[in-house]
Amino acid sequence: MASRTKYESWGRYPAVVPRVIVPIQWRNDLPDLASLPASILPYAYGRSYGDSCLNAGGVALDVKGLRRFIHFDAETGLLQCEAGVLLADILDQFVPRGWFLPVSPGTKYVSVGGAIANDIHGKNHHRAGTFGRHITRFELVRSSGERLLCSPDEHTEFYRATIGGLGLTGLITWVEMRLKPITNAYIDEEQIRFGSLDEFLALTAESDVTHEYTMSWADCLFGGEGYVRGHFIRGNHNSSPELADQPPPRKPSIGLPVDLPGALLNTWAVKAFNTAYYHRQRARLVRKVIPYEPFFYPLDAITNWNRMYGARGFLQYQCVVPFDHDNAAIKEIFTRITRSGEGSFLVVLKTFGDLPSPGMLSFPRPGITLALDFPFHGARTLQLLETLDGVVRASGGAVYPAKDARMSVESFEAFFPQWRAFACHVDPRFSSSFWRRVTRTTR
Amino acid sequence: MATILIIGATSTIAHATARHFAAEGARFFLVGRSASKLDAVRDDLRVCGATDAETYALDLTDLDKHPAMLDAATAALGTLDMVLIAHGSLSDQAACEASVARTMEEWATNCTSVIALLTPLANQFERQRHGTIAVISSVAGDRGRKSLYVYGAAKAALTTFLEGLRGRLSAAGVAVVTIKPGFVDTPMTAHVPKNFLFTPPERVAQDIHRAMTRGTAVVYTPWFWRYVMLLLRAVPDPIFRKLPI
Ligand SMILES: Cc1cc2nc3c(=O)[nH]c(=O)nc-3n(C[C@H](O)[C@H](O)[C@H](O)COP(=O)(O)OP(=O)(O)OC[C@H]3O[C@@H](n4cnc5c(N)ncnc54)[C@H](O)[C@@H]3O)c2cc1C
Ligand SMILES: NC(=O)c1ccc[n+]([C@@H]2O[C@H](COP(=O)([O-])OP(=O)(O)OC[C@H]3O[C@@H](n4cnc5c(N)ncnc54)[C@H](OP(=O)(O)O)[C@@H]3O)[C@@H](O)[C@H]2O)c1
Repeated sequence: MASRTKYESWGRYPAVVPRVIVPIQWRNDLPDLASLPASILPYAYGRSYGDSCLNAGGVALDVKGLRRFIHFDAETGLLQCEAGVLLADILDQFVPRGWFLPVSPGTKYVSVGGAIANDIHGKNHHRAGTFGRHITRFELVRSSGERLLCSPDEHTEFYRATIGGLGLTGLITWVEMRLKPITNAYIDEEQIRFGSLDEFLALTAESDVTHEYTMSWADCLFGGEGYVRGHFIRGNHNSSPELADQPPPRKPSIGLPVDLPGALLNTWAVKAFNTAYYHRQRARLVRKVIPYEPFFYPLDAITNWNRMYGARGFLQYQCVVPFDHDNAAIKEIFTRITRSGEGSFLVVLKTFGDLPSPGMLSFPRPGITLALDFPFHGARTLQLLETLDGVVRASGGAVYPAKDARMSVESFEAFFPQWRAFACHVDPRFSSSFWRRVTRTTR
Repeated sequence: MATILIIGATSTIAHATARHFAAEGARFFLVGRSASKLDAVRDDLRVCGATDAETYALDLTDLDKHPAMLDAATAALGTLDMVLIAHGSLSDQAACEASVARTMEEWATNCTSVIALLTPLANQFERQRHGTIAVISSVAGDRGRKSLYVYGAAKAALTTFLEGLRGRLSAAGVAVVTIKPGFVDTPMTAHVPKNFLFTPPERVAQDIHRAMTRGTAVVYTPWFWRYVMLLLRAVPDPIFRKLPI
């Protein structure tokens, strides 16, 4: 509920606070947005990393009270629910009935509204595209009090601007989306070790055809510059009807009650972890049937793992670089990270397919995407990430706003040249720390 | 499946509790004062598995309208297997001290309206000789604190009323469940600064669902409040008066 929340982002950097918190409890009983005393930004579960879910000195509209289901059509799989409903709520209700999320990120503790605002992607981007593609309708409330029913056919411009619109176009109160049918709650998983980028790309090309879900954990601190090794993970929904009435056992998650001292995460510790992780699997290929939760949400097993980075917080860096015959850009990025000696446990490597999103400002585009954490070490960290941005800019790629706390104005304009067209749809009373930073506005 | 009448059905705690019964396929009659909020709760319960849910909008301090509402509930559900009474208001103590009318209003919401409902409901349950009557009281009724005694006294009166009713109805095989939540993070306490003693409503709802299913007489939720209140009741009056609570 609203007032228990700390209004911070998942990376806990930057540490800024809203001036006013306005809890939203009922979709048909909203406060008058126009009369709020400062610029407004919806805030859900704060699973964004940087400052795109923060509004320093402004109003945080806490939407967690909008957590009700509205309608489900068991014939078509169309689900209507309020925008603060967690993906976890949907899974709890609908997996036992044979339905699954069309697109799922690496944590189930994000809201439907947040998933639209960042037009999130999952392990099935090559098959399903972004979350926004599966949204059939939603209601957008503007600060004028106007309620817009947005769909591919109605208020199309606002539909397109709000998907990937970073919460800036107004408040989403409810959403209609398409779930997809599954036979049971299990995934046929294969984990394959790879020793180079080329091997990774070959596995991707092969698996995109055979598997609905693909992603990799990679290690770039090992070996020489530009060298990559890791585990390629791919999966399909299991289809045996016998497993349909065997719900996976529920495992409680473990919490991290205190902040760990950041020093624990020095390069040595990271290397040791990555090496142990790489070698935990002896055979090159391991096949398993596992419940969907450890497959999609391995990190959710520890509730507050972000506190592992200590009070200074951390930055996550996620970029996409377009496919290219020699993949020079991605190799350059790996080299720069190796050289810097900074980097994390979690380097996620995946390819995006070419299914277009309706979202105007969406991040995914065809290419290779890479995501990793950097404990915040001040100027040193910021300098490294600025260098990486340079490589991404030159390649024609982009950096993910949902995970950004520092990209420059120039980078933002290069990554999202359509931003001016988008800006026409920003609600005059809405803003965020991110938006002020990348557009150099003060409001 | 059970038939359940929920009075104050738009309360966060009541809704979270109802979701557990919805998962079991219950049929609901939902009463509250806002039709649009009731619709939102009804739709949610239907998606969560309720076999059926009807709504009825009523300000519960309007005692004259209780009989029509109770008739409608019985007509819709047939027999009532359970009733949960949940409406309430966390009285502004200072405002009550300054106004007789305000104090009486708070009593009407938290105490007399509930007693007015329980009187005919008790007779109906006694006649049908089965069922569960559950009411949300509060730990605040366990001792009168200077910062919240108008609310506390209303809840204490409810607790005592329920204790007597339990004695009377046990002969008819009807369970009377007194629910005493501690601090719960709901809109009612939105203005109160939060500390470690606060519990999410989902947790409290689990306890209430269990207590209603089993017919537990008195349930503190979360459980540790039983001991907190035991300690608090043991504090001698001269010291209690000086406590900043
Ligand atoms: C462990 C982990 C793994 C992740 N994995 C992935 C991944 O695989 N793919 C991916 O794409 N992302 C991933 N993310 C990022 C995450 O999915 C997004 O940041 C998501 O948007 C967070 O949702 P939230 O509900 O917490 O919203 P918040 O972070 O609170 O807000 C996000 C944005 O949504 C806006 N917003 C929220 N609710 C509303 C509303 N009702 N109306 C209008 N605007 C609203 C906010 O203003 C803000 O701009 C991951 C994050 C974590 C912590
Ligand atoms: N939260 C706590 O810390 C706590 C602790 C102990 C006990 N309790 C008790 O728990 C119960 C539920 O409260 P909650 O925490 O779930 O808070 P809540 O979500 O604010 O619910 C209170 C409900 O009471 C309704 N209500 C108040 N006056 C009414 C009237 N005259 N007629 C009809 N409905 C009326 C409100 O309706 P509207 O929505 O229309 O206003 C609202 O649905 C209350 O009895 C409360 O005293 C709460």
